Amino acid sequence: MTSLPEPSAIKLGLVIDLDICVGCQACVVNCKEWNTSGYGAPLSDENAYGENPSGAWLNRVHAYEAGTGADARTVHFPKSCLHCEDAPCVKVCPTGASFKRAEDGIVLVNEEWCIGCGLCAWSCPYGAREMDPSEGVMKKCTLCVDRIYNANLPAEDQVPACVRTCPTNARHFGDLGDPGSDVSRLVAARGGFDLMPEQNTKPVNKYLPPRPRRVADDTPVSLLAMAEDATPSGFWKWVDSTLERLG
Amino acid sequence: MRPAWSIIFFTSISGLGFGLAAWLVLGFVDLTNPEHLLVVGVATMALIIAGLLSSTFHLGHPERAWRALTQWRSSWLSREGVLAVLALIAMAVWGLYYIRHGTPPFWASGLIAVLLALTVYATSMIYASLHTVARWHHPLTPVCYLMFAASSGLMAVLSVLAVLGQKIGAPLLLATILMVASAWGVKIIWWQLAGAVGSGSSLATATGLGDLGPVRSIMPPHTSENYLQHEMGFVVARKHAAQLRAIALLVGGVLPMAALFLLAAAPLVLTMALAAHMAGIFIERWLFFAEAKHSVTIYYGDAH
Ligand code: SF4
Ligand code: SF4
Ligand code: SF4
Repeated sequence: MTSLPEPSAIKLGLVIDLDICVGCQACVVNCKEWNTSGYGAPLSDENAYGENPSGAWLNRVHAYEAGTGADARTVHFPKSCLHCEDAPCVKVCPTGASFKRAEDGIVLVNEEWCIGCGLCAWSCPYGAREMDPSEGVMKKCTLCVDRIYNANLPAEDQVPACVRTCPTNARHFGDLGDPGSDVSRLVAARGGFDLMPEQNTKPVNKYLPPRPRRVADDTPVSLLAMAEDATPSGFWKWVDSTLERLG
Repeated sequence: MRPAWSIIFFTSISGLGFGLAAWLVLGFVDLTNPEHLLVVGVATMALIIAGLLSSTFHLGHPERAWRALTQWRSSWLSREGVLAVLALIAMAVWGLYYIRHGTPPFWASGLIAVLLALTVYATSMIYASLHTVARWHHPLTPVCYLMFAASSGLMAVLSVLAVLGQKIGAPLLLATILMVASAWGVKIIWWQLAGAVGSGSSLATATGLGDLGPVRSIMPPHTSENYLQHEMGFVVARKHAAQLRAIALLVGGVLPMAALFLLAAAPLVLTMALAAHMAGIFIERWLFFAEAKHSVTIYYGDAH
Protein backbone atom coordinates (compact mmCIF):
# COMPACT_ATOMS: atom_id res chain seq x y z
CA MET A 1 0.00 0.00 0.00
CA THR A 2 1.36 3.39 -0.91
CA SER A 3 -1.06 5.20 1.34
CA LEU A 4 0.98 6.38 4.30
CA PRO A 5 0.65 4.51 7.60
CA GLU A 6 -0.42 6.29 10.78
CA PRO A 7 2.60 8.22 12.09
CA SER A 8 4.73 5.70 13.97
CA ALA A 9 5.80 6.25 17.59
CA ILE A 10 9.34 5.24 16.67
CA LYS A 11 10.86 7.49 14.02
CA LEU A 12 14.32 6.27 13.14
CA GLY A 13 16.52 8.79 11.40
CA LEU A 14 19.77 10.68 11.20
CA VAL A 15 20.97 13.90 12.74
CA ILE A 16 23.73 15.56 10.73
CA ASP A 17 25.99 18.14 12.32
CA LEU A 18 26.90 20.80 9.77
CA ASP A 19 29.31 22.32 12.28
CA ILE A 20 31.51 19.25 12.26
CA CYS A 21 31.29 17.65 8.81
CA VAL A 22 34.56 18.15 6.92
CA GLY A 23 33.29 16.83 3.58
CA CYS A 24 35.67 13.88 3.53
CA GLN A 25 33.12 11.73 1.59
CA ALA A 26 33.87 8.69 3.76
CA CYS A 27 30.14 8.26 4.50
CA VAL A 28 29.39 8.40 0.76
CA VAL A 29 31.88 5.66 0.00
CA ASN A 30 30.95 3.43 2.91
CA CYS A 31 27.25 3.82 2.03
CA LYS A 32 27.96 2.64 -1.51
CA GLU A 33 30.17 -0.16 -0.24
CA TRP A 34 27.57 -1.52 2.18
CA ASN A 35 24.53 -1.05 0.00
CA THR A 36 26.00 -2.44 -3.19
CA SER A 37 26.05 -5.82 -1.49
CA GLY A 38 23.12 -5.44 0.89
CA TYR A 39 19.42 -4.68 0.46
CA GLY A 40 18.20 -5.17 -3.14
CA ALA A 41 20.12 -4.97 -6.39
CA PRO A 42 23.76 -3.79 -6.40
CA LEU A 43 24.32 -0.05 -6.86
CA SER A 44 25.65 -0.03 -10.38
CA ASP A 45 27.98 2.45 -12.04
CA GLU A 46 28.22 3.31 -15.71
CA ASN A 47 31.45 4.17 -17.42
CA ALA A 48 33.13 4.06 -14.02
CA TYR A 49 36.66 4.59 -15.36
CA GLY A 50 35.70 6.69 -18.38
CA GLU A 51 35.38 10.37 -18.95
CA ASN A 52 31.88 10.85 -17.57
CA PRO A 53 31.28 8.26 -14.89
CA SER A 54 27.81 8.03 -13.38
CA GLY A 55 25.95 5.66 -11.14
CA ALA A 56 23.49 5.24 -8.31
CA TRP A 57 24.57 6.63 -4.93
CA LEU A 58 22.35 7.02 -1.90
CA ASN A 59 24.27 9.72 -0.08
CA ARG A 60 25.87 12.79 -1.64
CA VAL A 61 27.90 15.56 0.00
CA HIS A 62 27.50 19.08 -1.39
CA ALA A 63 29.58 22.09 -0.33
CA TYR A 64 28.24 25.58 0.15
CA GLU A 65 29.54 28.94 1.17
CA ALA A 66 27.26 30.80 3.56
CA GLY A 67 27.64 34.44 4.54
CA THR A 68 29.89 37.08 3.02
CA GLY A 69 33.30 38.61 3.57
CA ALA A 70 35.33 37.62 6.59
CA ASP A 71 32.29 35.95 8.10
CA ALA A 72 31.71 33.60 5.13
CA ARG A 73 32.19 29.96 5.89
CA THR A 74 32.35 26.72 4.01
CA VAL A 75 29.67 24.23 4.99
CA HIS A 76 29.90 20.64 3.85
CA PHE A 77 26.44 19.29 3.37
CA PRO A 78 25.68 15.55 3.29
CA LYS A 79 22.26 14.68 1.87
CA SER A 80 20.38 11.40 1.76
CA CYS A 81 16.73 10.34 2.18
CA LEU A 82 15.18 12.15 5.14
CA HIS A 83 12.56 9.40 5.73
CA CYS A 84 9.82 12.03 5.64
CA GLU A 85 6.73 11.67 7.80
CA ASP A 86 4.53 12.89 4.94
CA ALA A 87 6.54 11.25 2.19
CA PRO A 88 5.29 12.35 -1.27
CA CYS A 89 7.44 9.65 -2.90
CA VAL A 90 5.33 6.98 -1.22
CA LYS A 91 1.98 8.51 -2.17
CA VAL A 92 2.76 8.94 -5.88
CA CYS A 93 4.07 5.41 -6.42
CA PRO A 94 1.56 3.58 -8.66
CA THR A 95 2.69 0.06 -7.80
CA GLY A 96 3.00 -0.01 -4.03
CA ALA A 97 6.75 -0.55 -4.39
CA SER A 98 7.50 2.56 -2.34
CA PHE A 99 6.35 2.28 1.24
CA LYS A 100 6.88 3.68 4.70
CA ARG A 101 7.21 1.15 7.49
CA ALA A 102 4.53 1.47 10.15
CA GLU A 103 6.84 0.23 12.90
CA ASP A 104 9.80 2.62 12.58
CA GLY A 105 9.01 5.04 9.77
CA ILE A 106 11.79 3.87 7.42
CA VAL A 107 10.93 4.57 3.75
CA LEU A 108 11.87 1.67 1.46
CA VAL A 109 11.44 0.43 -2.10
CA ASN A 110 10.32 -3.12 -2.81
CA GLU A 111 12.48 -3.72 -5.88
CA GLU A 112 10.44 -6.75 -6.96
CA TRP A 113 7.45 -4.50 -7.58
CA CYS A 114 9.13 -1.33 -8.83
CA ILE A 115 8.46 -0.64 -12.53
CA GLY A 116 11.10 2.08 -12.70
CA CYS A 117 8.69 4.85 -13.67
CA GLY A 118 10.72 7.46 -11.81
CA LEU A 119 7.71 9.37 -10.50
CA CYS A 120 8.84 9.00 -6.88
CA ALA A 121 12.15 10.69 -7.74
CA TRP A 122 10.17 13.53 -9.34
CA SER A 123 8.12 13.94 -6.18
CA CYS A 124 11.09 14.09 -3.79
CA PRO A 125 12.13 17.72 -3.29
CA TYR A 126 15.59 16.71 -2.08
CA GLY A 127 16.84 14.44 -4.85
CA ALA A 128 17.14 11.52 -2.49
CA ARG A 129 16.20 8.83 -5.03
CA GLU A 130 18.26 7.64 -7.96
CA MET A 131 17.34 5.11 -10.62
CA ASP A 132 19.75 2.22 -10.87
CA PRO A 133 21.19 2.44 -14.39
CA SER A 134 21.47 -1.30 -14.93
CA GLU A 135 18.58 -2.72 -12.89
CA GLY A 136 15.98 -0.10 -13.86
CA VAL A 137 14.62 0.09 -10.31
CA MET A 138 14.59 2.98 -7.86
CA LYS A 139 17.33 3.09 -5.24
CA LYS A 140 17.33 5.09 -2.04
CA CYS A 141 18.77 5.17 1.47
CA THR A 142 17.41 2.26 3.51
CA LEU A 143 18.76 3.66 6.77
CA CYS A 144 20.79 0.45 6.58
CA VAL A 145 17.77 -1.56 7.66
CA ASP A 146 19.96 -4.63 7.13
CA ARG A 147 22.50 -3.41 9.73
CA ILE A 148 20.50 -1.70 12.43
CA TYR A 149 18.45 -4.81 13.28
CA ASN A 150 21.20 -7.29 12.41
CA ALA A 151 21.98 -9.32 15.52
CA ASN A 152 24.89 -11.00 13.70
CA LEU A 153 26.83 -7.76 13.82
CA PRO A 154 28.65 -6.49 16.92
CA ALA A 155 26.56 -3.88 18.78
CA GLU A 156 28.74 -0.96 17.62
CA ASP A 157 28.11 -1.91 13.98
CA GLN A 158 24.32 -1.95 14.34
CA VAL A 159 24.06 1.63 13.04
CA PRO A 160 23.91 2.91 9.45
CA ALA A 161 27.18 2.52 7.54
CA CYS A 162 27.58 6.30 7.13
CA VAL A 163 27.25 6.87 10.88
CA ARG A 164 29.70 4.07 11.68
CA THR A 165 32.31 5.38 9.29
CA CYS A 166 32.19 9.14 9.88
CA PRO A 167 35.64 10.03 11.25
CA THR A 168 34.43 13.26 12.85
CA ASN A 169 31.21 12.05 14.50
CA ALA A 170 29.16 14.45 12.42
CA ARG A 171 26.42 11.83 11.94
CA HIS A 172 24.10 10.50 14.62
CA PHE A 173 21.46 7.79 14.39
CA GLY A 174 18.51 7.20 16.70
CA ASP A 175 14.81 7.48 17.44
CA LEU A 176 13.61 11.00 16.74
CA GLY A 177 10.11 10.02 17.88
CA ASP A 178 11.34 9.69 21.47
CA PRO A 179 11.93 13.15 22.96
CA GLY A 180 14.29 11.65 25.53
CA SER A 181 16.62 9.94 23.04
CA ASP A 182 20.19 11.19 22.56
CA VAL A 183 19.42 12.39 19.04
CA SER A 184 16.26 14.26 20.11
CA ARG A 185 18.15 15.96 22.95
CA LEU A 186 20.91 16.92 20.54
CA VAL A 187 18.37 18.43 18.15
CA ALA A 188 16.74 20.37 20.99
CA ALA A 189 20.05 21.63 22.37
CA ARG A 190 21.53 22.71 19.04
CA GLY A 191 18.38 24.01 17.30
CA GLY A 192 18.17 21.22 14.71
CA PHE A 193 16.10 22.08 11.62
CA ASP A 194 14.23 20.58 8.65
CA LEU A 195 15.31 20.98 5.02
CA MET A 196 12.77 22.81 2.81
CA PRO A 197 10.01 22.88 5.44
CA GLU A 198 7.80 24.70 2.88
CA GLN A 199 7.53 21.48 0.86
CA ASN A 200 5.45 20.01 3.72
CA THR A 201 7.21 16.65 3.71
CA LYS A 202 7.93 16.70 7.47
CA PRO A 203 11.41 15.15 7.31
CA VAL A 204 12.47 12.90 10.19
CA ASN A 205 16.20 13.56 9.63
CA LYS A 206 17.41 16.79 11.17
CA TYR A 207 20.38 19.06 10.51
CA LEU A 208 22.35 20.91 13.19
CA PRO A 209 23.48 24.42 12.20
CA PRO A 210 27.11 25.53 12.30
CA ARG A 211 27.87 26.94 15.77
CA PRO A 212 28.19 30.72 16.06
CA ARG A 213 31.71 32.01 15.43
CA ARG A 214 33.78 32.59 18.55
CA VAL A 215 34.92 36.21 18.36
CA ALA A 216 38.71 36.32 18.76
CA ASP A 217 40.42 39.19 20.65
CA ASP A 218 42.06 40.81 17.68
CA THR A 219 44.74 43.06 19.38
CA PRO A 220 48.03 41.75 18.00
CA VAL A 221 50.27 40.10 20.55
CA SER A 222 53.82 41.51 20.78
CA LEU A 223 56.43 38.88 21.53
CA LEU A 224 59.06 41.51 22.35
CA ALA A 225 56.87 43.08 25.01
CA MET A 226 56.25 39.63 26.43
CA ALA A 227 60.00 38.99 26.59
CA GLU A 228 60.79 42.36 28.21
CA ASP A 229 57.98 42.05 30.72
CA ALA A 230 59.25 38.73 31.94
CA THR A 231 61.03 39.15 35.30
CA PRO A 232 63.01 36.03 36.11
CA SER A 233 62.88 34.50 39.59
CA GLY A 234 64.91 31.96 41.66
CA PHE A 235 67.90 30.39 39.87
CA TRP A 236 67.26 32.36 36.67
CA LYS A 237 67.23 35.59 38.68
CA TRP A 238 70.71 34.75 40.01
CA VAL A 239 71.94 33.88 36.49
CA ASP A 240 70.47 37.07 35.15
CA SER A 241 72.04 39.33 37.80
CA THR A 242 75.44 37.50 37.60
CA LEU A 243 75.56 37.97 33.83
CA GLU A 244 74.64 41.61 34.19
CA ARG A 245 77.45 42.12 36.74
CA LEU A 246 79.89 40.50 34.36
CA GLY A 247 79.06 43.21 32.01
CA MET B 1 12.55 18.41 -16.44
CA ARG B 2 13.80 16.22 -19.27
CA PRO B 3 11.18 16.05 -22.04
CA ALA B 4 10.96 12.31 -22.78
CA TRP B 5 9.41 11.64 -26.18
CA SER B 6 7.48 8.65 -24.87
CA ILE B 7 5.72 10.87 -22.32
CA ILE B 8 5.06 13.69 -24.79
CA PHE B 9 3.55 11.19 -27.23
CA PHE B 10 1.60 9.48 -24.46
CA THR B 11 -0.06 12.61 -23.10
CA SER B 12 -0.89 14.17 -26.46
CA ILE B 13 -1.99 11.08 -28.43
CA SER B 14 -4.00 9.54 -25.60
CA GLY B 15 -5.52 13.01 -25.05
CA LEU B 16 -6.53 13.07 -28.73
CA GLY B 17 -8.00 9.55 -28.45
CA PHE B 18 -9.98 10.30 -25.28
CA GLY B 19 -11.23 13.60 -26.71
CA LEU B 20 -12.35 11.99 -29.96
CA ALA B 21 -14.01 9.14 -28.04
CA ALA B 22 -15.96 11.62 -25.91
CA TRP B 23 -17.31 13.48 -28.96
CA LEU B 24 -18.16 10.15 -30.62
CA VAL B 25 -20.24 8.83 -27.71
CA LEU B 26 -21.94 12.22 -27.49
CA GLY B 27 -23.17 11.65 -31.05
CA PHE B 28 -21.07 14.07 -33.11
CA VAL B 29 -20.59 11.44 -35.85
CA ASP B 30 -23.36 9.33 -37.34
CA LEU B 31 -22.27 5.74 -36.67
CA THR B 32 -25.42 3.88 -37.73
CA ASN B 33 -23.44 2.12 -40.44
CA PRO B 34 -21.82 -0.76 -38.45
CA GLU B 35 -18.76 -0.66 -40.72
CA HIS B 36 -18.22 2.99 -39.90
CA LEU B 37 -18.70 2.28 -36.22
CA LEU B 38 -16.13 -0.51 -36.35
CA VAL B 39 -13.48 1.45 -38.28
CA VAL B 40 -13.87 4.66 -36.28
CA GLY B 41 -14.15 2.81 -32.98
CA VAL B 42 -11.07 0.69 -33.58
CA ALA B 43 -9.07 3.71 -34.80
CA THR B 44 -10.01 5.70 -31.69
CA MET B 45 -9.13 2.88 -29.35
CA ALA B 46 -5.87 2.34 -31.24
CA LEU B 47 -4.90 5.97 -30.59
CA ILE B 48 -5.58 5.55 -26.88
CA ILE B 49 -3.75 2.24 -26.66
CA ALA B 50 -0.77 3.59 -28.65
CA GLY B 51 -0.54 6.46 -26.19
CA LEU B 52 -0.76 4.19 -23.18
CA LEU B 53 1.80 1.77 -24.61
CA SER B 54 4.27 4.52 -25.35
CA SER B 55 4.06 5.58 -21.71
CA THR B 56 5.49 2.19 -20.78
CA PHE B 57 8.55 2.67 -23.03
CA HIS B 58 10.44 4.74 -20.49
CA LEU B 59 9.85 2.23 -17.69
CA GLY B 60 12.72 0.25 -16.23
CA HIS B 61 10.43 -2.79 -16.02
CA PRO B 62 7.55 -2.56 -18.53
CA GLU B 63 6.67 -6.23 -17.91
CA ARG B 64 5.45 -5.25 -14.44
CA ALA B 65 3.32 -2.35 -15.72
CA TRP B 66 0.11 -4.08 -14.57
CA ARG B 67 1.18 -3.40 -10.98
CA ALA B 68 0.58 0.28 -11.67
CA LEU B 69 -3.18 -0.43 -11.54
CA THR B 70 -3.09 -1.29 -7.85
CA GLN B 71 -2.50 1.98 -5.96
CA TRP B 72 -5.44 4.07 -7.16
CA ARG B 73 -6.21 5.08 -3.57
CA SER B 74 -3.16 7.34 -3.35
CA SER B 75 -1.45 7.66 -6.74
CA TRP B 76 -2.66 9.75 -9.72
CA LEU B 77 -0.53 7.66 -12.06
CA SER B 78 -2.33 4.56 -10.87
CA ARG B 79 -5.73 6.29 -11.14
CA GLU B 80 -4.89 7.28 -14.70
CA GLY B 81 -4.18 3.66 -15.59
CA VAL B 82 -7.33 2.31 -13.93
CA LEU B 83 -9.55 4.99 -15.49
CA ALA B 84 -8.03 4.39 -18.93
CA VAL B 85 -8.76 0.66 -18.72
CA LEU B 86 -12.32 1.35 -17.51
CA ALA B 87 -12.81 3.89 -20.31
CA LEU B 88 -11.66 1.40 -22.97
CA ILE B 89 -14.02 -1.27 -21.62
CA ALA B 90 -16.91 1.20 -21.47
CA MET B 91 -16.24 2.27 -25.07
CA ALA B 92 -16.25 -1.34 -26.25
CA VAL B 93 -19.55 -2.03 -24.44
CA TRP B 94 -21.01 1.18 -25.88
CA GLY B 95 -20.04 0.08 -29.41
CA LEU B 96 -21.51 -3.41 -28.99
CA TYR B 97 -24.75 -1.95 -27.64
CA TYR B 98 -24.87 0.45 -30.59
CA ILE B 99 -24.58 -2.40 -33.10
CA ARG B 100 -27.25 -4.53 -31.36
CA HIS B 101 -29.80 -1.98 -30.18
CA GLY B 102 -28.93 1.36 -31.82
CA THR B 103 -28.04 4.57 -30.01
CA PRO B 104 -27.43 3.89 -26.29
CA PRO B 105 -29.42 5.95 -23.77
CA PHE B 106 -28.00 9.43 -23.36
CA TRP B 107 -27.28 9.03 -19.64
CA ALA B 108 -24.97 6.10 -20.45
CA SER B 109 -23.15 8.02 -23.17
CA GLY B 110 -22.91 11.03 -20.87
CA LEU B 111 -21.40 8.90 -18.12
CA ILE B 112 -18.80 7.52 -20.53
CA ALA B 113 -17.90 11.05 -21.63
CA VAL B 114 -17.40 11.98 -17.97
CA LEU B 115 -15.23 8.90 -17.49
CA LEU B 116 -13.12 9.92 -20.49
CA ALA B 117 -12.73 13.45 -19.14
CA LEU B 118 -11.76 12.06 -15.73
CA THR B 119 -9.06 9.96 -17.37
CA VAL B 120 -7.51 13.03 -19.00
CA TYR B 121 -7.84 14.86 -15.68
CA ALA B 122 -5.96 12.03 -13.97
CA THR B 123 -3.18 12.26 -16.59
CA SER B 124 -2.78 15.96 -15.84
CA MET B 125 -2.84 15.40 -12.09
CA ILE B 126 0.23 13.13 -12.33
CA TYR B 127 2.10 16.39 -13.00
CA ALA B 128 -0.14 18.98 -11.32
CA SER B 129 0.01 17.16 -7.98
CA LEU B 130 3.81 17.50 -7.68
CA HIS B 131 4.82 20.24 -5.21
CA THR B 132 8.39 19.90 -6.40
CA VAL B 133 7.70 21.46 -9.81
CA ALA B 134 6.14 24.85 -9.05
CA ARG B 135 5.19 25.46 -12.68
CA TRP B 136 3.07 22.31 -12.85
CA HIS B 137 1.50 22.71 -9.44
CA HIS B 138 -1.20 25.08 -10.66
CA PRO B 139 -5.00 24.71 -10.86
CA LEU B 140 -4.96 25.58 -14.57
CA THR B 141 -2.68 22.66 -15.47
CA PRO B 142 -5.55 20.12 -15.62
CA VAL B 143 -7.67 22.66 -17.53
CA CYS B 144 -4.96 22.89 -20.22
CA TYR B 145 -4.88 19.11 -20.61
CA LEU B 146 -8.68 18.87 -20.78
CA MET B 147 -8.96 21.72 -23.28
CA PHE B 148 -6.37 20.23 -25.64
CA ALA B 149 -7.99 16.79 -25.42
CA ALA B 150 -11.32 18.41 -26.32
CA SER B 151 -9.90 20.57 -29.12
CA SER B 152 -7.82 17.85 -30.75
CA GLY B 153 -10.76 15.43 -30.39
CA LEU B 154 -13.07 17.88 -32.10
CA MET B 155 -10.56 18.51 -34.90
CA ALA B 156 -10.43 14.73 -35.34
CA VAL B 157 -14.26 14.59 -35.48
CA LEU B 158 -14.15 16.95 -38.47
CA SER B 159 -11.61 14.71 -40.26
CA VAL B 160 -13.73 11.63 -39.53
CA LEU B 161 -16.87 13.33 -40.84
CA ALA B 162 -15.06 14.37 -44.02
CA VAL B 163 -13.57 10.91 -44.58
CA LEU B 164 -16.96 9.23 -44.04
CA GLY B 165 -18.53 11.74 -46.40
CA GLN B 166 -20.87 13.16 -43.78
CA LYS B 167 -21.96 16.78 -43.77
CA ILE B 168 -20.01 19.26 -41.65
CA GLY B 169 -22.38 21.98 -40.52
CA ALA B 170 -21.28 25.59 -40.15
CA PRO B 171 -22.09 25.59 -36.38
CA LEU B 172 -19.78 22.61 -35.82
CA LEU B 173 -17.04 24.32 -37.81
CA LEU B 174 -17.42 27.46 -35.77
CA ALA B 175 -17.52 25.52 -32.51
CA THR B 176 -14.26 23.78 -33.45
CA ILE B 177 -12.56 27.08 -34.25
CA LEU B 178 -13.73 28.46 -30.89
CA MET B 179 -12.59 25.31 -29.10
CA VAL B 180 -9.09 25.51 -30.62
CA ALA B 181 -8.91 29.23 -29.85
CA SER B 182 -9.94 28.80 -26.23
CA ALA B 183 -7.57 25.85 -25.70
CA TRP B 184 -4.63 28.03 -26.77
CA GLY B 185 -6.13 30.93 -24.82
CA VAL B 186 -6.00 28.92 -21.60
CA LYS B 187 -2.47 27.83 -22.48
CA ILE B 188 -1.36 31.44 -22.93
CA ILE B 189 -2.81 32.31 -19.52
CA TRP B 190 -1.04 29.26 -18.04
CA TRP B 191 2.24 30.37 -19.60
CA GLN B 192 1.84 33.70 -17.79
CA LEU B 193 0.61 32.44 -14.43
CA ALA B 194 2.02 28.99 -13.77
CA GLY B 195 5.18 28.97 -11.74
CA ALA B 196 5.22 32.75 -11.53
CA VAL B 197 5.14 32.67 -7.73
CA GLY B 198 7.75 29.91 -7.45
CA SER B 199 7.79 27.16 -4.87
CA GLY B 200 9.03 29.26 -1.97
CA SER B 201 12.11 27.06 -1.87
CA SER B 202 15.57 28.57 -2.20
CA LEU B 203 19.11 27.60 -1.33
CA ALA B 204 18.46 29.26 2.05
CA THR B 205 15.54 26.93 2.88
CA ALA B 206 17.14 23.95 1.13
CA THR B 207 20.26 24.12 3.29
CA GLY B 208 18.78 25.89 6.32
CA LEU B 209 21.86 28.15 6.23
CA GLY B 210 19.97 31.32 5.30
CA ASP B 211 20.54 32.84 8.75
CA LEU B 212 24.27 33.01 8.05
CA GLY B 213 23.76 35.21 4.99
CA PRO B 214 23.60 34.46 1.28
CA VAL B 215 24.30 30.82 0.41
CA ARG B 216 26.03 29.67 -2.76
CA SER B 217 27.07 26.29 -4.07
CA ILE B 218 30.86 26.00 -4.27
CA MET B 219 31.31 22.34 -5.11
CA PRO B 220 28.89 19.77 -6.54
CA PRO B 221 28.88 16.35 -4.87
CA HIS B 222 30.00 14.54 -8.03
CA THR B 223 32.18 15.31 -11.01
CA SER B 224 29.83 14.45 -13.88
CA GLU B 225 26.09 14.45 -14.51
CA ASN B 226 24.03 12.05 -12.41
CA TYR B 227 20.48 10.71 -12.72
CA LEU B 228 19.01 13.70 -10.87
CA GLN B 229 20.61 16.23 -13.17
CA HIS B 230 19.82 14.18 -16.27
CA GLU B 231 16.13 13.77 -15.33
CA MET B 232 15.41 17.03 -13.53
CA GLY B 233 18.17 19.43 -14.46
CA PHE B 234 16.98 19.99 -18.04
CA VAL B 235 15.76 23.54 -18.57
CA VAL B 236 15.45 25.05 -22.02
CA ALA B 237 16.99 28.48 -22.55
CA ARG B 238 14.51 31.34 -22.10
CA LYS B 239 15.06 32.75 -25.56
CA HIS B 240 14.28 29.43 -27.21
CA ALA B 241 11.25 28.94 -25.00
CA ALA B 242 9.75 32.20 -26.26
CA GLN B 243 10.38 31.24 -29.89
CA LEU B 244 8.99 27.75 -29.40
CA ARG B 245 5.85 29.13 -27.75
CA ALA B 246 5.30 31.34 -30.79
CA ILE B 247 5.83 28.40 -33.16
CA ALA B 248 3.43 26.21 -31.14
CA LEU B 249 0.77 28.93 -31.27
CA LEU B 250 1.24 29.48 -34.97
CA VAL B 251 1.36 25.82 -36.04
CA GLY B 252 -1.10 24.45 -33.49
CA GLY B 253 -3.54 27.37 -33.30
CA VAL B 254 -3.44 29.97 -36.07
CA LEU B 255 -2.79 27.55 -38.92
CA PRO B 256 -5.60 25.03 -38.23
CA MET B 257 -8.07 27.80 -37.41
CA ALA B 258 -7.27 29.60 -40.67
CA ALA B 259 -7.63 26.34 -42.58
CA LEU B 260 -11.03 25.66 -41.04
CA PHE B 261 -12.12 29.20 -41.66
CA LEU B 262 -11.02 29.47 -45.27
CA LEU B 263 -10.94 26.01 -46.84
CA ALA B 264 -12.98 23.70 -44.65
CA ALA B 265 -14.70 20.55 -45.92
CA ALA B 266 -11.91 19.07 -48.06
CA PRO B 267 -10.85 15.89 -46.19
CA LEU B 268 -7.20 16.51 -47.00
CA VAL B 269 -7.28 20.06 -45.61
CA LEU B 270 -9.04 18.88 -42.45
CA THR B 271 -6.52 16.11 -41.88
CA MET B 272 -3.62 18.51 -42.45
CA ALA B 273 -5.22 20.95 -40.02
CA LEU B 274 -5.50 18.18 -37.42
CA ALA B 275 -1.85 17.26 -38.01
CA ALA B 276 -0.82 20.90 -37.54
CA HIS B 277 -2.86 21.14 -34.36
CA MET B 278 -1.18 18.00 -33.02
CA ALA B 279 2.27 19.31 -33.97
CA GLY B 280 1.51 22.44 -31.96
CA ILE B 281 0.41 20.30 -29.01
CA PHE B 282 3.65 18.27 -29.26
CA ILE B 283 5.71 21.47 -29.02
CA GLU B 284 3.50 22.73 -26.18
CA ARG B 285 3.98 19.42 -24.33
CA TRP B 286 7.74 19.48 -24.96
CA LEU B 287 7.86 22.95 -23.42
CA PHE B 288 5.67 21.78 -20.52
CA PHE B 289 8.59 19.59 -19.48
CA ALA B 290 11.54 21.55 -20.80
CA GLU B 291 10.55 24.79 -19.08
CA ALA B 292 9.79 23.14 -15.75
CA LYS B 293 12.28 23.48 -12.91
CA HIS B 294 12.50 20.88 -10.17
CA SER B 295 13.34 21.89 -6.61
CA VAL B 296 16.32 19.52 -6.52
CA THR B 297 18.17 21.81 -8.94
CA ILE B 298 18.35 24.32 -6.08
CA TYR B 299 20.84 22.03 -4.35
CA TYR B 300 23.01 22.25 -7.44
CA GLY B 301 23.00 26.02 -7.24
CA ASP B 302 20.21 27.00 -9.63
CA ALA B 303 18.34 30.15 -8.69
CA HIS B 304 14.57 29.69 -8.41
S1 SF4 C 1 13.63 12.52 1.40
FE1 SF4 C 1 12.64 12.20 -0.57
S2 SF4 C 1 12.78 9.99 -0.90
FE2 SF4 C 1 13.13 10.32 1.28
S3 SF4 C 1 11.11 10.13 2.24
FE3 SF4 C 1 11.43 12.31 1.83
S4 SF4 C 1 10.49 12.63 -0.16
FE4 SF4 C 1 10.77 10.42 0.05
S1 SF4 D 1 10.08 4.16 -9.76
FE1 SF4 D 1 9.39 2.33 -8.62
S2 SF4 D 1 9.26 3.01 -6.49
FE2 SF4 D 1 9.32 4.85 -7.77
S3 SF4 D 1 7.18 5.43 -8.14
FE3 SF4 D 1 7.81 4.13 -9.86
S4 SF4 D 1 7.25 2.05 -9.25
FE4 SF4 D 1 7.21 3.29 -7.39
S1 SF4 E 1 31.97 10.97 6.81
FE1 SF4 E 1 31.31 12.53 8.28
S2 SF4 E 1 32.75 14.23 7.96
FE2 SF4 E 1 32.97 12.89 6.20
S3 SF4 E 1 31.55 13.77 4.67
FE3 SF4 E 1 30.40 12.19 5.77
S4 SF4 E 1 29.37 13.30 7.45
FE4 SF4 E 1 30.98 14.64 6.65
